[in-house]
Formats: sequence, C-alpha cells, structure tokens
Amino acid sequence: MVLPAIAYYILFAYTPMAGLVIAFKRFNAYVGIWQSPWVGFLHFQRFFESIYFTRLVRNTFLLNLYNMAVGFPAPIILALMLNEIRCAWFKRIVQTITYLPYFVSTVVIAGIIINFLSPTGGVVNYLIQSAGGEPIEFLTLPQWFRHIYVWTDVWQYVGWGSIIYLAALTGIDPTLYESAEIDGAGRLAKMRYISIPGILPTVMVVLLLSLGNMLSVGFEKVYLLYNPNTYATADVISTYVYRTGLQGGQYDFGAAVGFFNSVVNLILLSTFNWVARRLGQESLW
Amino acid sequence: MRRKNPGDILWNVFSYSALALLACACLYPFIWVASASLSSPEEVISGRVVLWPRDFTLMTYQYVVGFGQLWVSYANTLFYVTVGTTLNVVLTMITAYPLSRTWFKARRVLTGFIVFTMLFSGGMIPTFLVVRSLGLLNTRWAMILPLAIGVWEVIMARAYLTANVPDELVEAAEIDGASDMQTFLRIVVPICGPIIAVITLFYAVWHWNDYITALIYLTDQSLYPLQVVLRNITTSGTAAMRMTTGATITERGLLGYTLKYAVIVMGTIPIMLVYPFVQQYFVKGTLLGSLKG
Repeated sequence: MVLPAIAYYILFAYTPMAGLVIAFKRFNAYVGIWQSPWVGFLHFQRFFESIYFTRLVRNTFLLNLYNMAVGFPAPIILALMLNEIRCAWFKRIVQTITYLPYFVSTVVIAGIIINFLSPTGGVVNYLIQSAGGEPIEFLTLPQWFRHIYVWTDVWQYVGWGSIIYLAALTGIDPTLYESAEIDGAGRLAKMRYISIPGILPTVMVVLLLSLGNMLSVGFEKVYLLYNPNTYATADVISTYVYRTGLQGGQYDFGAAVGFFNSVVNLILLSTFNWVARRLGQESLW
Repeated sequence: MRRKNPGDILWNVFSYSALALLACACLYPFIWVASASLSSPEEVISGRVVLWPRDFTLMTYQYVVGFGQLWVSYANTLFYVTVGTTLNVVLTMITAYPLSRTWFKARRVLTGFIVFTMLFSGGMIPTFLVVRSLGLLNTRWAMILPLAIGVWEVIMARAYLTANVPDELVEAAEIDGASDMQTFLRIVVPICGPIIAVITLFYAVWHWNDYITALIYLTDQSLYPLQVVLRNITTSGTAAMRMTTGATITERGLLGYTLKYAVIVMGTIPIMLVYPFVQQYFVKGTLLGSLKG
C-alpha cells in the first residue's frame, strides 16, 4: 500500500540526492551526468574562492539572524498578550485578522511591498513627502533590503506563529495561576514564572528548527524583492544557485553550491540538536 | 472577582490598543489595494488614496476582466489546485495509514526515510534535472508531481490516524473478512473526515499560491498559473500595456498604476472569501501536527 509513496520519495527526493554527484563533475550535457568527467572539489573550490562567497554567506546568515532576532520573539509576545485578553470576541477577531497575511501568496505580498514603497505613487513615500521629506527609493538601496524583508516577514507570520504558543499556553495547569494569585503574584510575575517556563519546550523545538535553517533563506521572497542594485545585501545562496545554476545553465556549479548549503544546514541542525540534548531540553531526535 | 488596580488598567489599555493596532496593520494593506483598484489612476498616482477609494471607477476592472491571459492562468491555477490537491490528499492518506499501524514492521525505517527529506535535499538543480529527465519540463504535471507528498501533512495525518483509528478496529474488520483496501476505504477514510479536510486545505492553499514551481519548470505561457501572471503585471509596465490594447495612450500609461492592484485583488479574493470559514481547520491542523509530531 505504501508503494506509491515510496516511489514518490525515491523519485523526487532521493534521486535528486544522487544527482548531487553532478556537483563533483564537469557536466557535459551530451554525455549526461554519469559519463561526465569527475573533477572532485573543483566547483566547491571555485565557489569558496569566488568574490561572491563571503557576500553570499554573509547575506544569507545575516538575513536569517536578523529575521530570527525579530521574528522569533514576536509570535511569543503576541501569544502571551492574547492569552491575557479576557474579551472573547476581541481575541477571536484579532486572531482571525492576524492569521490572514499568512495565507496570501508571496507574490502578492511582494507586489504590495513593491508598490507601497515605490518612489512614485507609493503610499509610504507619499506620507514622507507630505511630512516634508524627500522620497526614498527603498527597493534599490541595499541598506534597506534587510529591514524590509524582516519586518514584512514579521507582519506576515506573527499571527500564524502565535498559534502554537497559544496552544501550549492553554496546556498549562490553571491551578498554577490560581496559587500564584493567592501568593500575590502580579500579571508580569505570573508570566515570568508560569507562562514562559510552561511554553519553554515548544519554544525550544521551534528555535531548533529555525536555527537549523540558518543557512537556507527562503528563495521566493528574496527573489521577488531583489534586483541587481541590491545584490550586495540581498543576494543569498539560494538565489545565487538559481541565477548561475539554473538560469545560467551551469548545472554542475549550481548543484555544488546547493549541496554546500544543504550540508551546512544539516550540520547546524545536528549540532543544535545535540546541544539541546546535552542541556536536557527538548530536542528533535 | 479580581480587583482592578492601576497596573491592571494600564496593562489592559496597552494590550488592547497594541493588538488593535496590529490587527489594523494586518488589514490595511489589503484594504488599500482594494481601494486603489477602484480609484481613478490619477488619484492613485498622486498618492492621495490613503484608505478609501477616490474618484470611484470600474474602468480598471473592465480591462482586467477583458484580459484573456488572466483567465487562462486562472483556469490553469484551478486545474493545478484541484488535480494537485486530490492527488496530494490521496497519496498522503495512503502513506500515513500504514505508518500509523503499530504492527507494520518497516514503520520506523520508512518514517525516518520520509522525515529525512525534510532535513536534507538534493537542492534546486538536481531536482530540476530529475524533472527534466522524466520529460516533465514545461508540462502541467511539473506543477503537480514534484510536490505530490508533503512531509508535514503526512506527519499530521499519521498523528490523527494513530489517535483515532485504533489497531483493534482494523483487526475487527479483517476478522470480518475485509481486505486491506476495503478496510481503508470503508472504515478508515470515513473516520478521517476532519484531517482530510485539514490537509486538503493546506495543499489547496499551497497550490494556489505556488510561484516557484512554475518559475523553475514552465516556460510555456499558456501553462502559467495565476501567480506568475500576477507577478508579471505587478512588476513590469509592459505587461500592463498588453492588457490595455483598447485605450488611448495616456489612459494606458495611467492604467498601468491601477491595473496591478486590480490584479492583486483578483488573485487574493478567492482566498479571502474562503478563509473565514476554514480558518479554524487550519488552526486545528497545525496543532495536531506540531504538538504530536
């Protein structure tokens, strides 16, 4: 019964892994992957020595770090705040509305961002100009890219991300709160000593998953928001793979870079998992 | 009843207003886009459209509706969504079912096999090459097959099955002489109504929003899904030009500004309409998958 599934995974997940061998060869389209000459780590070398290497790794890493620094606590804070709300209908409305951006496609989000920030006719610049300022070309200035990317990510995911924490919060024993109340604990104290420790396991798992993905920034949003002007801060490993590997037709080189990416991710994930294990916290495996 | 002290009141004021602000921030862009699509181009360009439509006009929509390629891509997307999701759900269920049976010997190995793909993958290029070698490039199937089974959905389905379809039930059916397939179709599937609903929704939304797959595998315009057309119109002025072949030159230049918003509305309305009703299912599904997975 499981046969189709196995077939699928073999085909689309594991065969590409085998195809990774192309990363070690100088691909000759006429003879195919298996007959192409073996060049060992040539492509990897080329990548590491390329002028783009530092920039790519730095951008990927920084974008992710920034994203995590802001995007990780945000849903937690939202969940904690929502948990305190007594008014049921307000809570439900806020939840419904904040989940909404998650379902809208990245293309639409990028379209909205691009047009909102446009120097001609964009709302943001209109407001800036009304206040007496000069329009800012947000999307062609490298220094803005990271902020735009991260804060719009927060906007899009904070609602959805809070779901899992809210669920964890409802799992906390209410009597804990009651006894704290009797002991005279205020709202913030209760949060500090009950709520937060109560959701800590969930936080750890989510943290692990995010950390493990440090070097794999989502391709889609960067691709939709970047342009040659902002490559300096916006170009990440995945977009580089797409440009040089797929569009540029350098399958072997692109595969090598992608492989590097996947391997580093796996190492990071395993490391963090091991660390979590050692600290006695929840781990993924 | 709790006595309201000043700290409490302060917190409430802060909390409620911050949350209300967040909710508004989440809604505003969408309201603005809708308003811009209904305003005259001159108003939009001057930037005076801040919240509500100004100089209400349906002219933009006239052109959008008349744009053939939009409807072609709409149809394409509908195809990908329906066919793709059906395939997704069927495959996911038949994958999750054996994995939830405790007597299934290969269970651990297979689960590991599948979950591993979440942690490591061949990457964009090798996968592309596989698709190409299968002759799927630039076909409809390229939009459906490479993502036929989502690991997360399998995990969710498996969690649900483990919790709701006990081995005894299956055994009872077998004693009564039912075959594997019969047991699955007649007994397991009906019980799985809720989880099937959830994963259907997850997959459907995914397909609706999918842009990357088309970007990588499709070059034939007649196969493009909605998102690709959307992308082209919102970022390129020439695409807008193609849409307005009936208008005067000045009109065309102006319309370029509002067409994007109208198209965005067209692309998002279906999700918006369906969303309030199905939101609860999504929430349930995520909880199922994450707490137990």
